[in-house]
Amino acid sequence: MVNDTSFAPWDDPQERPLIRFQNVTKRFGDFVAIDDLTLDIYQREFFALLGPSGCGKTTMMRMLAGFEEPTDGMIELAGEDIAHVPPNKRAVNMMFQSYALFPHLSVWDNVAFGLRRESRDKDAIAERVEQMLKLTRLEKFAGRKPHQISGGQRQRVALARSLAKAPKLLLLDEPLGALDAKLRQATQFELMDIQEKTGTTFVIVTHDQEEAMTVASRVAVMDEGRVMQVATPEQIYEAPNSTYVADFIGDVNLIEGRAKPNGGGAYHINWAEGQAPFEAKSDMVLSEGQRCHLALRPEKVGIQPNKPEEVNAVQGKVLDIAYLGNLSTYHVELSTGQVIKAQTANTNRLSRRDFMWDDPVWVSWSASAGVLLSQ
Amino acid sequence: MIRLSPFNVVSLTLGFAFLYIPMVILVIYSFNASKLVTVWAGFSTQWYGELLRNEAFLDAAWVTLRVAIVSSTIATVLGTMAAYTLVRGGKFFGRTLFSGMVYAPLVMPEVITGLSLLLLFIGIGLDRGILTIVLAHTTFSMCFVSVVVSSRLVTFDRSLEEAALDLGASPFEAFRFVTLPIIAPAVISGWLLAFTLSLDDLVIASFTSGPSATTLPMKIWSSVRLGVSPEINALSTILIGLVTIGVISASLATKRATLRQKLDAQVAARPT
Ligand SMILES: Nc1ncnc2c1ncn2[C@@H]1O[C@H](COP(=O)(O)OP(=O)(O)O)[C@@H](O)[C@H]1O
Ligand SMILES: [Mg+2]
Repeated sequence: MVNDTSFAPWDDPQERPLIRFQNVTKRFGDFVAIDDLTLDIYQREFFALLGPSGCGKTTMMRMLAGFEEPTDGMIELAGEDIAHVPPNKRAVNMMFQSYALFPHLSVWDNVAFGLRRESRDKDAIAERVEQMLKLTRLEKFAGRKPHQISGGQRQRVALARSLAKAPKLLLLDEPLGALDAKLRQATQFELMDIQEKTGTTFVIVTHDQEEAMTVASRVAVMDEGRVMQVATPEQIYEAPNSTYVADFIGDVNLIEGRAKPNGGGAYHINWAEGQAPFEAKSDMVLSEGQRCHLALRPEKVGIQPNKPEEVNAVQGKVLDIAYLGNLSTYHVELSTGQVIKAQTANTNRLSRRDFMWDDPVWVSWSASAGVLLSQ
Repeated sequence: MIRLSPFNVVSLTLGFAFLYIPMVILVIYSFNASKLVTVWAGFSTQWYGELLRNEAFLDAAWVTLRVAIVSSTIATVLGTMAAYTLVRGGKFFGRTLFSGMVYAPLVMPEVITGLSLLLLFIGIGLDRGILTIVLAHTTFSMCFVSVVVSSRLVTFDRSLEEAALDLGASPFEAFRFVTLPIIAPAVISGWLLAFTLSLDDLVIASFTSGPSATTLPMKIWSSVRLGVSPEINALSTILIGLVTIGVISASLATKRATLRQKLDAQVAARPT
């Protein structure tokens, strides 16, 4: 680690990953669910798998838990190849997408189930169960059956049950899918809190990008069985490596053009006939005339009534205004027909809004505001 | 209350008359004082007393009970195992063939099942008696258990078993502590079905029993051929009574289970 406050084992070449996917492929018949995936996950990480439905997130979890075997490649857990270790012999616990609580057992017995499989010490089991119920604030419901409690409580039982055995690795498959927005947010923080307290490595599956950004130390963005990018939430947001990732995470303006190197990592992007090129900076080397996209987050685009002193500025007119309470997003149509979104914070009351529909405006951004993407 | 139309009243009456008049007549004549079945000579319970002193009937009843309990228990164990493997075993080689074969005895004529079992027992030199009846009954009732249990298993949420495995249970423990308790009602009704089937089987028992073992249906059948006696009526009345009690208590138990679930759901809906 670089210093005590930053947690970044993935940047430390000395660190050994807890989980290693090495060229893992999983096929169901002819269908490729996971395609040559290589990925490291480290101890104490809160790792999020993010991707659209059907991209193979659950399949990855099931391979970690031991319910599916990879068709090709190797999965290591703590340095050990786990291909042939059955699920009941893995120090991995999973919180199922459907919770999978045992309907015939009380909340208490559900939580105790895993402990009873490995120990006969009644007092130790009772103590651990009480501890887990307290952690998930379920003490009052210990005697109830799963169908006698609410959805949110059920989800906490599932969490308590999977944490009870203090696994090395906890897998959470869309754990908050069934909750409404407010409870969901509260539970996200609760999860982070629990993860910090227990020091367990969490791998969470979600198709909600905001959730992934909130809880995760790193995020893997997946598409059709492949990992497109693995990085911290900030990096994913600020420096996506492809238009897919940029588009998947948050709102983005994608402007297609051709690059013209200008020396020192600076580029001119010719984006439309007869228009001045945009200026952009990139660490990536692009050749003369290479097709690329400029990805611009709306909040990095300024909007003014008069031509600003910025390197990139284009004129257009307001096509649409999306009022989001704290923010407003202006859709500005350029003379070329392209639409650029610009976002401003609403520090003024609505009555004093700066721009209205069809107002002529200028949108502008700095040379370093956007990211150049070659794919 | 909905008032029934005259047509409905008539069809209801006719239907129930068809079903129950023979049994009602049988029950009434079991209390007949006369030895002649067709002549009513006043009320008496003497034939019930005779029955209790009739060693042959008591022996047959005892044989039947033992056969039914043992064979239905074995059939339940085997049938449940077969159902579990066929539903859960994935696509192993010959699975379709096996599921077909498990269900074949359901449609096989009893005479054929009985005859083939008889040939088998003679072939391997097994002396016919209680053991052979138990084996025969296990064979044919096992597939009924398997049908009942597998129809429950196909709707069983697989992830519950996976959750058990995930929490460190061995496959056997997952079955013992999760699957079995949840499918228990189906297993119990499978057992009851096998028990009833064994209790009233005449054909297969006749093929596979020996002189040392006579079941109650066989005994009734053979005595009726010498003429219907009031004793048989009394015996049949007792059987009807037992079955009635069984059916009523089973349906009461189901009703109470549903009621409890309803109450549970109400508790669940209560704000906490
Ligand atoms: N047992 C299976 N047999 C065949 N196809 C499967 C199986 N499990 C998953 N798939 C397919 O693999 C793909 C990925 O599924 P999954 O991992 O569940 O996606 P998700 O990212 O939504 O969790 C889906 O297209 C699904 O249809
Ligand atoms: Mg899924």
